[in-house]
Amino acid sequence: MGYDKRLDGRKFDETRPIEAKVGVIKNADGSGWFRIGKSTAYAAVYGPKNLYPKFLANPKRGVLRCHYNMMPFSGMGNRVRPGTNRRAKEISMVTANALLPILDLSDFPNSVVDVYIELPETDAGSRCAGICAASLALADAGFLMKDLACSVAVGKVDDKVVVDLDYAEEAYECDAGVADIPLCIFPQSKKISLLQMDGILSPESLKEAMEAGMIAAEKIYDIQKAALKAKYEGD
Amino acid sequence: MNKDYVHKLAEKDTRIDGRKFDEYRQPISIETDVSSTADGSALVTIGDTQVMAGVKMELGTPYSDAPDQGTLMINVELLPLSHPRFDPGPPSIQAIELARVIDRGIRESHSIDTHKLCVTPGEKVWTVIVDICPINDAGNLFDAGALAAIAAIKNTKLPAIKDGIIDYKNKTDEGLPLAHTPLSCTVLKIGNKLVVDPLSEEEESYESRLTVATTEKDELCALQKGGEEPLTIDEVDTMVKLAIAKTKELRKFL
Amino acid sequence: MGNILVKEKQIVVPGEILAKGMDYLPGIGTYREGENIHAARVGLTYIDGRALKLIPLAGKYQPKKGDTIIAKVKDIMFSGWSCTTNSAYQAMMNVKDATSEFIPRGADLSQIYQIGDYVVGKIVTVTSQKLIDLSMKGPGLRRLHGGRIVYVTPSKVPRIIGKKGSMVSMIKQATGCKIIVGQNGMIWLSGEEPKNVLLAVKTIEMIESKAHISGLTDIIKQWLEKETGQKIIPKGDENGL
Repeated sequence: MGYDKRLDGRKFDETRPIEAKVGVIKNADGSGWFRIGKSTAYAAVYGPKNLYPKFLANPKRGVLRCHYNMMPFSGMGNRVRPGTNRRAKEISMVTANALLPILDLSDFPNSVVDVYIELPETDAGSRCAGICAASLALADAGFLMKDLACSVAVGKVDDKVVVDLDYAEEAYECDAGVADIPLCIFPQSKKISLLQMDGILSPESLKEAMEAGMIAAEKIYDIQKAALKAKYEGD
Repeated sequence: MNKDYVHKLAEKDTRIDGRKFDEYRQPISIETDVSSTADGSALVTIGDTQVMAGVKMELGTPYSDAPDQGTLMINVELLPLSHPRFDPGPPSIQAIELARVIDRGIRESHSIDTHKLCVTPGEKVWTVIVDICPINDAGNLFDAGALAAIAAIKNTKLPAIKDGIIDYKNKTDEGLPLAHTPLSCTVLKIGNKLVVDPLSEEEESYESRLTVATTEKDELCALQKGGEEPLTIDEVDTMVKLAIAKTKELRKFL
Repeated sequence: MGNILVKEKQIVVPGEILAKGMDYLPGIGTYREGENIHAARVGLTYIDGRALKLIPLAGKYQPKKGDTIIAKVKDIMFSGWSCTTNSAYQAMMNVKDATSEFIPRGADLSQIYQIGDYVVGKIVTVTSQKLIDLSMKGPGLRRLHGGRIVYVTPSKVPRIIGKKGSMVSMIKQATGCKIIVGQNGMIWLSGEEPKNVLLAVKTIEMIESKAHISGLTDIIKQWLEKETGQKIIPKGDENGL
C-alpha cells in the first residue's frame, strides 16, 4: 500500500509553515527566533568575551560554545526536568560543529562565543530549528559568516522520501519503518555540516533524501535572509 | 557611575528612562497559548522585559497530611539567554528566591482550589507544575514572573486521563479551579524615594525592596523584603499601599 | 565579463551573491568563490571602484591602535591598572602612561584611578593576541566624573560622530550636554537637566537604529528642533571630544 498521503496532507517535499525573526532578545549581542510547524527555537549569542578557564582558549581564534536546552514545558509528554542531559549535550555539540565551517572567529583569539538555544515547544525537528535560530543569531550579531546554516530533517516514511517529519510521522507505524535524518546545509556551497540518522534506510534512499534536503534548504535560506533584512527595513 | 546616576536622578524626582516613580514601562502585554506542548502558557511583556511561563499537569501521589488535595510546584529557570550574567547550571539563589516568593503568593492565597484536583483520594492527585522562564531580563522579574505564572495557570486546560494515565494528545475543556488571581508589585527604595517597576540599572542600585503580592480583593498574600538597608513601619506601610494601587493597574491586563 | 547584482547601500546577508564574473574584486566583508563574489556578513554594500565592500551593521568592538576609547578600571596592580573595554579583551594602563604628571615609585595607585572609574584613553598598542596598552597622555584624555554611560554598536560610531563631528555637535547644541564618544561603542553623557540627557540618549538610539539611511543628518536636525523648539546650526567640531 505504501505511504500515499502525508498525515497532515502536505506534499512529500513540503516543509511545515516556517516563520523567522531576528533581534528578539535585546540583552543579547545577536538573537534569532525560528519556528517550523510547532517546533520553535530562540537563540541568543553572547560574545566574543573572555574565556575562563584559560586552558580552554584557542590562541588562533575564538571558541564557539552551543547550549541546547528544552524548556520544561516543551516536551510532548511529561515535564522535562530542568538541567542538562546526555541528549542535550550531544545536540549542543553537533550544533556547534554544524555552525563552525561557515564561521570565521580568527579576529577573536582566546575568547569564547556562547550561543544559547531554548525551545518553548517541540514537535520533531527541534535540533534543526535550533540550528536555524542560532545561524540567525550569529549573523545578527555581526560575525563573519560565509553562508547561513539551513537545517531541516528529511527522511523516509514507509516507501516515500519526505521533507520535515513531524512527531506523528516519526512515530508512524508501517511495514518499511521510518528513517529520520537531521541535516544542516550551506546553500551556497551545497555542503552538509550536520548528518545524523534514526531508523533504517538504503544508501539510494539516503541520497534521494539529501537531495530533497538541498532544495528545502534554499527555501529556508530565503526565509532567513528576509528575517535578517526585515530588521533594517520599514524605515 | 550608573549607580550614583540612579540616585542623582531620584533626588531630582526622575529616572533613567524619564518615567515617574510610580509608572510602569510600556508596552505591557500578555500573550497566551504560546507553547503548544504546555497545558497552559503565557508570554508577558513589561517594557523590554519578557517572561514566559508554562504549565505541565502531571499525576502524582498526594502528601500524607493532605490526601485529597492536588499539589503545586513553582519553579524559575533563569535562562542564560535572557541576560549576560546568567550561567547555565543549577538554580542560583536569585532563581530560588524568585520561585519561592511567587509560589507563596499563589499558594497562600489558595488561588488554586487543590481539593478539586483529587483523582483518587489518598492515591492519585493532579500536580500543577509551573515553570517561569525569562526570555529577556530588563528588570522586574518578580512582577513579570508572577504575572506570567498566573496567566499561564489561567490558560491551562487539563489533559485527558485514559486508563489511569495522562493522555497528553487529548486536552479537555476543563480549566484549573482558580479561586483567586494573586499578582505582585515590587517597590524599591532608592535614596529616600519609592520606585515601581525597576529597570536592571535600578535593581543594581537600591537600598531596599519590598515585593507585595495581593489578591483581587486587595488582601496581602505574600511579602518579601530584600536589600541591605532596613525599613521603618511607616515605610513598609507606604510601600504596601503603593503596591496595592499599582497591582490594580496590572490586573487590567489579565 | 561581469555582472553586479546589488546596488550601492543595499543590505545583504551572509552568502548572498553580490556579483558574478571576474570584473569585480572582493573587498572587505566579502569573498570570492569561483565566479561569484559573496557577502561574508550582514552589511551595507559599498562600491569602491572595482572593489565590492561591506560596511558592517553589527559586531563587537575590535581594538585598534590609535583609537580613543572609554574604559573602566577593573583592577589595580603593581605596574598599573587593568581596564575593561567593551570588547573581549582587557587593556593595560601602565603607570608611565597614566598621566602627564610624575608618579613616584611605590605610590598608592588607587589615589590616581580607582576600581570602577571610567576613563577616556588612547590605544597605544594591540598585539596579535589582543593584549592592549592604553595611554592617558594626550589632549582630552582624562578620568570621567559623574554622568552616565550608554552603549552603542561600534560600527555606528562614525555616524554618531558625523563628518568632522557634525552630528554629535548638533546633539550637544540641542541638549547642552557634554558628550564623549569612544570608538569602542561607549558614550559618556553629562548634563544638568535630566530631560536633556534623556533627549541626547534617545537621539543617539535613533541614529543607531537609522544608521544605514541616507539623509540622516537632516532627519536628526528636524527631530532635535522639534523636541527642543530651538533652531540648530550644524557645524564642524574636530573629533567630538
